[in-house]
Amino acid sequence: MTKASADSAPTAGEILYEDIISPACHWSLRMRKGTSLKLIDVEGGANVGMLFYNPENLLERYNAPDTLKAQHTFKLTKGNCLYSDMGRIFCSIVEDSVGWHDTVSGNLTKKLVEKKWGQKSYQEARNEWTQNGYNSFLVELAKYGLGKKDMAANLNLFSAVGVDEKGNMKYKEDNSKPGDSIELRFEMDTLVLLHTCPHPMDTAKEYPRKPVKYQIKQAGSVYEDDYCKNYRDENTRGFRNNEIYHLGSCCND
Amino acid sequence: MIKESELKIEQAVYREIVPAGEYFIKVLKQGQTLRILDLEGNQAADTLFYNANDPAERYSAMDTIREQGNVYLSTGSKLVSNENNTMLEITADTCGRHDTLGGACATESNTVRYALDKKCMHACRDSWMLAIAENEQYGMSKRDITHNINFFMNVPVTEEGGLTFEDGISASGKYVELNAHMDTIVLLSNCPQLNNPCNAYNPTPVEMIIWD
Repeated sequence: MTKASADSAPTAGEILYEDIISPACHWSLRMRKGTSLKLIDVEGGANVGMLFYNPENLLERYNAPDTLKAQHTFKLTKGNCLYSDMGRIFCSIVEDSVGWHDTVSGNLTKKLVEKKWGQKSYQEARNEWTQNGYNSFLVELAKYGLGKKDMAANLNLFSAVGVDEKGNMKYKEDNSKPGDSIELRFEMDTLVLLHTCPHPMDTAKEYPRKPVKYQIKQAGSVYEDDYCKNYRDENTRGFRNNEIYHLGSCCND
Repeated sequence: MIKESELKIEQAVYREIVPAGEYFIKVLKQGQTLRILDLEGNQAADTLFYNANDPAERYSAMDTIREQGNVYLSTGSKLVSNENNTMLEITADTCGRHDTLGGACATESNTVRYALDKKCMHACRDSWMLAIAENEQYGMSKRDITHNINFFMNVPVTEEGGLTFEDGISASGKYVELNAHMDTIVLLSNCPQLNNPCNAYNPTPVEMIIWD
């Protein structure tokens, strides 16, 4: 772990903290505007379920349909912004070595685990139990007074599901390789909920167990020629909504 | 898949025309069938469903498409809840394809999609907010406003991962029918969107017809 010393301001790109989330685990953290979250698929084939909420108003949350339709895309990659239901950008995808991240397939449930791989209880398997994404989010949501009503459609980072001309969905195997990463730059303060449970359409023969490394970094300034801000006209307007939201803020830059 | 209904209009137990920009909220009883009729063509009917006995159980777009393995809805599609129970099934459809990826328009998302100065124009999510505010008996709040179905909307996904809003494939007189597997609250906003070419900038009425 590295940490900026208290008496010097961190420089852009500096790693402020890093850690590993073990396979089939869940966690939550508050990301500040101007920091970024880099996620690294250590072994390849990881999945990270993720949801965003505005800590100032938990009713403002990640909205997958708004994110997709604003950017006329079904997949998420570098340049895309991840929108709230209030027309603001929680974070921008500033780096991505994967190329396609899913946000339409939802979560693994206990029933699906049973059907696909068979359930291993905690009593029997301890840390090797077959935790599911749905229950993982319920636990993290409850920590903030939220519940199943608040579980919006989530991201499944590192995972991809393609669609043929008839609309049939197909899970893409080997979408993410060992060492692949995605970096999310936060454009407003954001409560991040995440889990490392498998993707609900994963075709692996056995319940896959993949760790994910994460780094909290100091982000650089967002200039007028920023890649994500200019990726689409819609994103330029989304950034403007964020600027308006932060007017008068002491730390607005 | 195109499938015509065998239900006779004179046997319907309920009929209501919903103008564009208005909402419809009503409990559909288990076993009843609801037809949504596109009266003038290429309208978008933004619809949410809840278990009438426990509205925390609601339509889940993501569970529905994953479980059927296809992103479009048509005859035979089972509409699945967040608890992975079948709430309704599409039993007839003369349009052929309905969207559940594009979500509903909102004043805030209109600023992103079209222009910041469109922010006060009427939108589906405003109709839903008014519906839950005026119908307190359902005990719903903004937390219940989730990802919906856009009946009659054509939002094709490409193999490369694109998503586009195409001109509608619906037309005057096309309809979709849903049979309820549980007592279901139907919450519909008949879309008031004036900025999207897919309805020729002309939002029009739909009719809600129910059979026992």
